[in-house]
Amino acid sequence: MSSDATLASYASRLGDNALILGQRMIELVAASPELEEELANANFSLDYIGQARMYYTYAGEREGAGRDEDDFAFLRPEHDYKNLLLVEQPNGHYGDSTVRQFLFESWYVLLLEALTRCSDEGISIIAARAIKEVRYHLRHSSQWLVRLGDGTEESHARVKASLDDLWRYTGEMFAPDDLDDEMRAVFNGPHLEVIETQWRENVAAVLAEATLDMPDDQWMASGGKQGQHSEHMGFLLAEMQHLQRAYPGATW
Amino acid sequence: MYTQGLDQAGKGGPDTREAESRAQLDAFQARIDAEEKIEAKDWMPEAYRRTLIRQISQHAHSEIIGMQPEGNWLTRAPTMKRKAILLAKVQDEAGHGLYLYSAAETLGVSRDEMVGDLLSGKAKYSSIFNYPTLTWADIGAIGWLVDGAAIMNQIPLCRCSYGPYSRAMIRVCKEESFHQRQGYELMLTLCRGTDEQKAMAQDALNRFWWPALMMFGPNDAASSHSAQSMAWKIKRFSNDELRQKFIDVTVPQAEFLGLSVPDAALWFNENTEHYEHSDIDWQEFFDVISGNGPCNRQRLAKRRKAHDDGAWVREAARAYADKKAAAEAAA
Repeated sequence: MSSDATLASYASRLGDNALILGQRMIELVAASPELEEELANANFSLDYIGQARMYYTYAGEREGAGRDEDDFAFLRPEHDYKNLLLVEQPNGHYGDSTVRQFLFESWYVLLLEALTRCSDEGISIIAARAIKEVRYHLRHSSQWLVRLGDGTEESHARVKASLDDLWRYTGEMFAPDDLDDEMRAVFNGPHLEVIETQWRENVAAVLAEATLDMPDDQWMASGGKQGQHSEHMGFLLAEMQHLQRAYPGATW
Repeated sequence: MYTQGLDQAGKGGPDTREAESRAQLDAFQARIDAEEKIEAKDWMPEAYRRTLIRQISQHAHSEIIGMQPEGNWLTRAPTMKRKAILLAKVQDEAGHGLYLYSAAETLGVSRDEMVGDLLSGKAKYSSIFNYPTLTWADIGAIGWLVDGAAIMNQIPLCRCSYGPYSRAMIRVCKEESFHQRQGYELMLTLCRGTDEQKAMAQDALNRFWWPALMMFGPNDAASSHSAQSMAWKIKRFSNDELRQKFIDVTVPQAEFLGLSVPDAALWFNENTEHYEHSDIDWQEFFDVISGNGPCNRQRLAKRRKAHDDGAWVREAARAYADKKAAAEAAA
């Protein structure tokens, strides 16, 4: 793979994580348990949409085939999206979406830290911008996880079940594929094994405060990074791509 | 997003007229006439307080319910830029709601009470949000017409005699005018697009024109409580004056887009320099206000579901805060 192709694929994959998670969060507009959370959710999803725009624009530049952010977001088939399975999981109840955000953001913050030190300036600049937002998101999701875990019996039971359901989607975050290896070898990209150690430490600390046990090692789902998604993904894309697909070539 | 000229008098509440002396009322009116701002801790007639609570909370509820028709297209916004713009707008609305509930709280009512009144169906919100958003062009029409009408209503409220409301409106208006321009720009893009897009824009104007005119509330003759609100300088212009101003500004904008306003009798009166329009279907207005619009039940059901689904979350947050407070007290 040429270095431009590596960067284009890597940036596009980062964009997919940000867009698909942002799209899931957008579904929660007008459904939050408190008005303050309504604001937080809209604000954070806007951050993710903003990050996706930067990654896709950069991917398009490195690719050099004239594709813009909207081509990446709206006009690719499902297999071309390489986001983690975790971020496409449905919102479920507030505990489910909180755990999804927490598990992803705990990883994403570490990934972004590593990417700010990578040798490609384009990626490192976006990572430096994104990390400021995501640190704040992580603080928010961690605080809610603690409140729910150490709140009432009901909230503890609910969020424990959320954690057990979603844990299986965390393995994929740390399993390097060829693109991760190349990004690391050529551009001093993230070392996923190192990130996994840090992630487990950070997650364990928050779970302890939330009076929740760390789930046991178990079978892990994978495939998102290779474009093999869950059944949920097709519906998400059908809805998101609807206007671009129904009116090809129109300007909006 | 905006308040509506509903002007329904608040019913109930203790009759405090006896406790309010002529001298107090005169002194209060003198402050209003001198354009002084009334602040939360100042003495005020009970009816003034109740009128403001009703108006500000209706405004806050409108912001919160107003998130739904636009939220309906967030997941389907056609470009990343439009998605980000719409999301920022919806976020602004949540912020306006929060800000306005806080302004109403300065008058001695809690947010829980106000939200309770919304969920029970007792409180009103702007009728416009009981109309559906059926195509992407509706998002443009809402920005252009609904936010445009909101601005007409709200600019005078920046000079409202009640300080906290006036200051809230100054901030809100800045964002609303931004939303209005974005909505118009969206319409312009559609009108310069394909035939299908232009038809979409015309259809949106057809459906939102009359409901937008209704946003200014009943005709002056039918708006019995306007006079008192004017005397208190809560209101500065009558419903019909604001509506006329909106029509005069908006018709040329529609012409620039190449769209037809859905009123065959509309004409420009050169003597008065105002547009003359057909009668508004007030039956439709009162139907929608009283719960019989296309989406009234759907909007409230969604709000109630969010509230009910969130009950265990709020309870957990309270339990956690209590535990923390107890632990700190014990330490």
